[in-house]
Amino acid sequence: MTPLRSPADLQQLRLRLAPDPDQPAIRVCATGCRALGALEVCEALEAELAHRGRGARARVLRVGCHGLCAGAVAVVVDPQGVFYQGVTAEDAPEIVAETLLGGRVVERLCYAEGEHPIPLLAELPFYRHQTRLVLRNCGRLDPTSLEQALALGAYGSAAHALCEMAPEQVIEEILASGLRGRGGAGFPTGRKWRFARAAAGDEKYVVCNADEGDPGAFMDRALLEGDPHLVIEGMLVGAYAIGAAKGFIYVRAEYPIAIEHAELALAQAREAGLLGEDILGSGFSFDIELRRGAGAFVCGEETALIASLEGRRGMPRPRPPFPAQSGLWGKPTTINNVETWANVPRIIEMGAPAYAQIGTETSKGTKVFALAGRVRNTGLVEVPMGATLRQIVYDIGGGIPGGRSFKAAQMGGPSGGCVPARYLDLPIDYDSLQQVGAIMGSGGLIVMDETTCMVDIARFFTQFVQDESCGKCVPCRIGTRRMLDLLTRFTRGEGDPADIERLARLGRMVASTSLCGLGQTAPNPVLSTLRYFRDEYEAHVSEGRCPAGSCQALLSYRVIAERCNGCGACLRACPVGAISGERKQPHAITQAVCIKCGACLQRCRFEAIAVE
Amino acid sequence: MQHESPSAAAMAVEPSEAEICGLLDELDDLCRSNLIGALQEIQGRYGYLPRPALAALGRRARVPLSRIWGIVTFYSQFYTEPRGRHTIRCCRGTACHVKGADRILDTIRSALGIQEGESTPDRTFHLETVACLGTCFLAPVMMVDSHYFGNLTPQKVEAVLRNFRDRDP
Repeated sequence: MTPLRSPADLQQLRLRLAPDPDQPAIRVCATGCRALGALEVCEALEAELAHRGRGARARVLRVGCHGLCAGAVAVVVDPQGVFYQGVTAEDAPEIVAETLLGGRVVERLCYAEGEHPIPLLAELPFYRHQTRLVLRNCGRLDPTSLEQALALGAYGSAAHALCEMAPEQVIEEILASGLRGRGGAGFPTGRKWRFARAAAGDEKYVVCNADEGDPGAFMDRALLEGDPHLVIEGMLVGAYAIGAAKGFIYVRAEYPIAIEHAELALAQAREAGLLGEDILGSGFSFDIELRRGAGAFVCGEETALIASLEGRRGMPRPRPPFPAQSGLWGKPTTINNVETWANVPRIIEMGAPAYAQIGTETSKGTKVFALAGRVRNTGLVEVPMGATLRQIVYDIGGGIPGGRSFKAAQMGGPSGGCVPARYLDLPIDYDSLQQVGAIMGSGGLIVMDETTCMVDIARFFTQFVQDESCGKCVPCRIGTRRMLDLLTRFTRGEGDPADIERLARLGRMVASTSLCGLGQTAPNPVLSTLRYFRDEYEAHVSEGRCPAGSCQALLSYRVIAERCNGCGACLRACPVGAISGERKQPHAITQAVCIKCGACLQRCRFEAIAVE
Repeated sequence: MQHESPSAAAMAVEPSEAEICGLLDELDDLCRSNLIGALQEIQGRYGYLPRPALAALGRRARVPLSRIWGIVTFYSQFYTEPRGRHTIRCCRGTACHVKGADRILDTIRSALGIQEGESTPDRTFHLETVACLGTCFLAPVMMVDSHYFGNLTPQKVEAVLRNFRDRDP
């Protein structure tokens, strides 16, 4: 591509690239869905089109995440916008013959509500209740193609900001939009930028924090994989605003597709003159380097991330000084999360007043949640701030499978907490979540039903932060260890009732005395479950009982004699020979031998194994 | 019983000084500007970080070996010993945990006869657990090298491992 030298060049190229809305195309999610054979689906579709020759003209686009990940492999057929889920390579001929050529819907591949199939993506309840602002083009374009991104308007905001706005104006715009950091703490982005702009020194940096480490969060991955130019454009605008000539994207090494797509996008942007010297004739020069993380959760904390970028052990340091004053190599640095950067071009595009219309009093815009766990429609969901859990879990998420009921949502990962059912109608924003003991965090949202044990979940997260604690400060290093010991004893039905209060006290101490965000928020999962589910802790400790039937050590397995027909499947599955019984006679489990592995329960086809 | 046989450990021959020197020449810029990047490249070449390479890197970057060792041991993705050719990363994230990741891990352990952090004696597989692979919608998940495998069952795990083993000479 010949380098673009002015906003007019960009505009002309966009008009030339503008897609024909009636052109048939098959959009296959080739990022997240790759694990279930998306690339094979693409090849099968292309082979089928080639086989049919001139009569069947359509482009097969390898796009980013459509959002409805429960429907992997997810495919959309344009121009109609028909959504198919669970597609395999064998379905390719039928999709081409029926939908593409015949204009008919393949009902068995449609998302269905009861018996009623819903063919059009726009009519799916999953999409109808969303406001897809940041994810707008994720799933619409091939993320390896700069042309497709440009055709959908990429770098238009950057051109406007760089060539028609002063840096201070850009900062004012972001301030007025009310944008707050999407990585966790929710600090106003515009203020962060203003500090960095005002800081003394010519050499400044912007950093994109893509070290998405919270278990249960995958929106940053999807954005970098599915629309990398949006993130780059946001960084370009931010760099111009604070006066940085160099930026870094710090990506977790566990995200190979995100790394590949971001690297490619950077090279394309450089070639097109959208990064480098004198961008679009504005006189502003800026470039971005991608760095791979090396496997340390704590590097998501900004001072630890800086240490890692500098080539050191990723350990946090006390703040102040904040990175805006003294960051990378001691220079003023703005660090924002992937989703925060992705919001920036949208704000410039629609204007701060329009953006600030979305959301609540204190939290503006949208938030992407990674919906997972015990919910029907797992995937990426973007809703306005102020949406309720009920809207997310039931209207969009399709409710809880298996007729079970909602117990709690774990929000914000290991720094967050469990929000119980009584808050289903609470409008979610930064402040309301804080009040109920959770945090927005990066936006992980794991749904739990009555079979999830809250003590076990608290133990799980404490184990996680214990593993990931860098060991620099004592409260986090030793405090989380002691918390884990107590929780482990609870899940085994050991410990005494005073231990529960001891755990709460320890948690508060770790929260108030740890050095960095990791330790300060590490007790949240414990403290929030203690707050809302104290009875479950008491049942474990005082009665040796797990109300959710989840803690293996507290369970006992039993054969329901009336249902057992003596098929012998459980007997053969039992790894320790704890099951006995004659053929065609009800079997029995010897409790003293049983190791509570659950193999019999999994194998039994007659629901004849009871767990208590 | 799974013992690391001495012959297997000897299979991975340490690269020579000359070879390491050649590699570091290629990485000269990186050695000075991005130590972690240089370590990632060295590991990309050998599959692990041979001691002589660390010493040579320290000399070139003018960084004490102790500091390099500190970095290498801090990050979980740096390895100081040779490992199996295929790295299995079994996810232990929240969603996977809720959907039975423990059973998946048990299946891998018993199929390969190794624990986390170990390689099979024939150096085909190396087993690790990770906190989250960011593919929660596919839970439970594992990754073999850079391929994701989702919605796993013990049977599916066994089939995947068999496929990888068959593919290798």
